[in-house]
Amino acid sequence: MPTRRELWKGNEAIAEAAVRAGVEAFFGYPITPQTELLEYLSARMPELGRVFLQAESEVASINMVYGAACGGMRAMSASSGPGISLMQEGLSYIAGSEVPVVLVDVMRGGPGLGNIQPSQADYFQLTRSAGHGDFHPLVLAPSTIQEAVDITYETFVLAEKYRTLVIVATDGSLGQMMEPAEMPAMRPLLNEAGRGPWAVRGASGRPKRIITSLFLNEHDLEALNLRLQAKLRVIEQNERRWEELDTDDAEYLVVAFGTVGRTCKTVLRAARREGIRVGLYRPISLWPFPSPRLHALARQVRAMLVVEMNAGQMLEDVRLAVEGQCPVEFYGRMGGVTPLPEEILQALQRVTTDCPAGTSVGAALPGAGGV
Amino acid sequence: MADRTGITTETVLEQGQVVYHRPDALSTMLTHYCPGCTHGIIHRLIAEAIDELGIRQKTIMIAPVGCSVLIYHYFDLDAVEAAHGRAPAMATGLKRTQPDKVVFAYQGDGDLASIGAAEIVHCANRGERITVFFVNNAVYGMTSGQMAPTTLPGQVTTSSPGGRDVRMHGYPMRVAELIAGLPGSAYVVRRSVYDIRTIRQAKKAVVTALKCQLAGLGFSMVEFLSSCPTNWHLAPTDALAWIRDTMVPYYPLGDYKVTDAVRALE
Repeated sequence: MPTRRELWKGNEAIAEAAVRAGVEAFFGYPITPQTELLEYLSARMPELGRVFLQAESEVASINMVYGAACGGMRAMSASSGPGISLMQEGLSYIAGSEVPVVLVDVMRGGPGLGNIQPSQADYFQLTRSAGHGDFHPLVLAPSTIQEAVDITYETFVLAEKYRTLVIVATDGSLGQMMEPAEMPAMRPLLNEAGRGPWAVRGASGRPKRIITSLFLNEHDLEALNLRLQAKLRVIEQNERRWEELDTDDAEYLVVAFGTVGRTCKTVLRAARREGIRVGLYRPISLWPFPSPRLHALARQVRAMLVVEMNAGQMLEDVRLAVEGQCPVEFYGRMGGVTPLPEEILQALQRVTTDCPAGTSVGAALPGAGGV
Repeated sequence: MADRTGITTETVLEQGQVVYHRPDALSTMLTHYCPGCTHGIIHRLIAEAIDELGIRQKTIMIAPVGCSVLIYHYFDLDAVEAAHGRAPAMATGLKRTQPDKVVFAYQGDGDLASIGAAEIVHCANRGERITVFFVNNAVYGMTSGQMAPTTLPGQVTTSSPGGRDVRMHGYPMRVAELIAGLPGSAYVVRRSVYDIRTIRQAKKAVVTALKCQLAGLGFSMVEFLSSCPTNWHLAPTDALAWIRDTMVPYYPLGDYKVTDAVRALE
């Protein structure tokens, strides 16, 4: 069957992929650079007899999603940094009551009102502090519109499998650009039997169900936390995702995610032409971070260069994974500035100068020898 | 068990006519409320109305944060626990995706009129087909008696020890009047439960509010003036008198919005 590739804008492609994935309700609030996602669904959802509602705030929209999801419905929202900050309360309740929810963050420059240019400055917020209390959402970061479509299509299945929050982490660049993508088939909507056996739908012919994140007895709350942690360990085992390129003979490794991961593919080609044996490691799951393979690659390469559109947030995860086995350098741009391939190449050249091929790792990083 | 007349409980149940019993919509669990608190009366009125309308199996309740945070234990209904003030948003998500269900939120004054002011106003203004039971006792009860948005001028609380000074803290908020002013609301009334007469009036309002939702006529809300003997530092009966003598003059009981369509239901 011939592929049906069409030209899609990133935000609209994610919206249509969510429709194909079976989203039944969308609640959101306008914010640049996410707004086209909401606008697209404002027409598309009613056309299919599904629920679309523009809420009065991100605080309300995530709680509307929470309510709909408590009923076992496939519900989602989308926003950008300032809106995600407002949603954090709701995200914590969603985590504490183990309700499956999908959220899209089209990241923009921060902190504060910041600006509307592309950024990756929400990495800590999404992976570390999506709300109060001990939890992590499953965070997936596409680098192309096709990958954004494929990831979005899978999110509800993942959210329901683990009864967890799944966040698609994109940025203003991926949201606003257009490129060809192929849409997956329209998935049938959930039927009554397909909804979770925990869903609140009226206690008809069965005992009542309660969805709450309140556990006043400390031992009950510890038991919930232990269960959440056990679940997170399973997610870590099952859902670490990454792409690697030219790592077989690599002496250097560039680590980058999302839009920057894509830019770095251009850098790789230029660097290889200059004779630098460099590979790319592109984490797709930001949480769980794909550490084990990176840990293994750290034994192979001279040094790593982490490139991000922030002050060095994923950098910390890379260093945790590497455990001092090789130097880990960083190049980042902030405030909505997108790093250009030439800048990244120059940063890579500095790394190759500081850690030349043929030197021992121990010499390059004092104290790290023998790790 | 037989008393001195030799009549057993079994005999009464077999031969007598049961005139008062626990509503099916209430669970058998004892409540944690303080002695003299009127939450229990309001719970019972809602449960009786649910039984009478035969909607227990299709009703979903949203619990607030406040003294009634554990309300889901006291009803035999499907229920969710909202974040502080967000019950109307959760109710919106539930009702929009399950329009055939009866969805109601139970909220206190801090929850609804302070931290959740935006959610209740927009929920009502959208005309969401849900019902809100708003319990106003002029104080934050669960956190032990701080000033609420509904605390009366001059009222002493643990965070207004000199009495509420309206020049500093602003004025007590008249919520029923505010919500009634929004075009999306269909039925908005204020009732109390300080004596038999007001309890009966409140019961009728609860039934009408739920009927309004069942008929899809728009947003419905019953505000209850409720007692808090513990934090008012009054004996239970004195607290009931305080509602009548002190609260009602500022918060007059009455019907603030009854659309013609709702009136036709009554």
